[in-house]
Amino acid sequence: MDINLTLVGQLIAFVVFVIFCMKYVWPPIIGAIEERQATIADGLAASDRAAKDLELAQEKATAQLKEAKVQAASIVDAAKKLEAKIVEETAGKAQAEKERILATGHAEIETERNRAREELRKEVAILAIAGAEKILERSIDGAAHSDILDKLVAEL
Amino acid sequence: MSSGAELTSQEYITHHLANLKVGDGFMAVHLDSLGWSVFLGLVFLTIFRSVAKKATPGVPGKLQCAIEMIVGFVDDSVKSTFHGKNELIAPLALTIFVWVLLMNSMDWVPVDLLPHLIHWTTGMPLGDIYMKPVPTADPNITFGLALGVFILIIYYSIKVKGVGGFMKELTTQPFGHWSLYPVNFILETVTMLARPLSLALRLFGNLYAGELIFLLIATIGLFQLPVHFLWAAFHLLVIPLQAFIFMMLTIVYLSLAHEDH
Repeated sequence: MDINLTLVGQLIAFVVFVIFCMKYVWPPIIGAIEERQATIADGLAASDRAAKDLELAQEKATAQLKEAKVQAASIVDAAKKLEAKIVEETAGKAQAEKERILATGHAEIETERNRAREELRKEVAILAIAGAEKILERSIDGAAHSDILDKLVAEL
Repeated sequence: MSSGAELTSQEYITHHLANLKVGDGFMAVHLDSLGWSVFLGLVFLTIFRSVAKKATPGVPGKLQCAIEMIVGFVDDSVKSTFHGKNELIAPLALTIFVWVLLMNSMDWVPVDLLPHLIHWTTGMPLGDIYMKPVPTADPNITFGLALGVFILIIYYSIKVKGVGGFMKELTTQPFGHWSLYPVNFILETVTMLARPLSLALRLFGNLYAGELIFLLIATIGLFQLPVHFLWAAFHLLVIPLQAFIFMMLTIVYLSLAHEDH
């Protein structure tokens, strides 16, 4: 074997090439690879998370739907109860109103009747006086015979 | 494809195994090995740098995908073996893997193609043309790489464990008794030296043998074509495997250098 300066030349070339590779070749390429790996890993993690979120959201939606149904049923129940109560109350009020109106009517009728009776009495008294005057052919002094007249009116 | 009736097989093979050389003795330089080696290293760096400049963490282009596959493969290999924090080892492993792979791939270039191309373009007589295009079939190249790795092993051993720790590691094991420390030192030094030696010789041996067999096949006449094909197909295994082994052992040796006992 014939060892000579070629070896030294090769050694120098080796050193230069390795340094060049270390400075200008390796870092950008491995950097790009690792950055892409990180991006892909992030993407996969994000999609995993999204799938989990979706599952959770679906569960939540189902639960909310159930709750909403229960609430709706309870609201309908309450509304029915309220309706029944209002109907009952209204009926009670109407009854009371009716009774009040009836009572007022009765009272008015009573007053009217009393007034009519009073007037009638007065008329009768006047008529009675007029009749008595006719019978006696002379006037009766109202003031002098008012006691008789009053007695008469009270008797009627 | 014997290059002339006047050549015997032995002369043909010897001629093809000679490097294009300038200078004498230790001061000689193999222009073909070193030239192809540097050229292929520049091919590697040019392609990878062009991708690195435009590297996007978004949707990668096709070339970026291919380059990222190689980088990812090297990164996985490093991370599975080396558990410390070191900015150098991964790019070092990438450089070794791709560069050695490209240099090994020169084994697929037909053995007579380049000499004949030179002959046709420049008119030089074939007998004067020396062109051995597989850099890793030249021990200078493989030892150059292994020596670089060896220097890093020593550097990190001392950096991580300190000079004292490194010497302690060399002397106090495998035998715990103080009287055997010199024996330990010899054993551990041999272990230490065996690492770059085995790295360099394994790669050189495999590629040299592959090249030699191609040359032998080239001397058998017309039947060489299917045999060439089979041997080239076999190198589909050898070429990446040797590049991978060189890279992997480098990582292992450097992670051993980082380990504190």
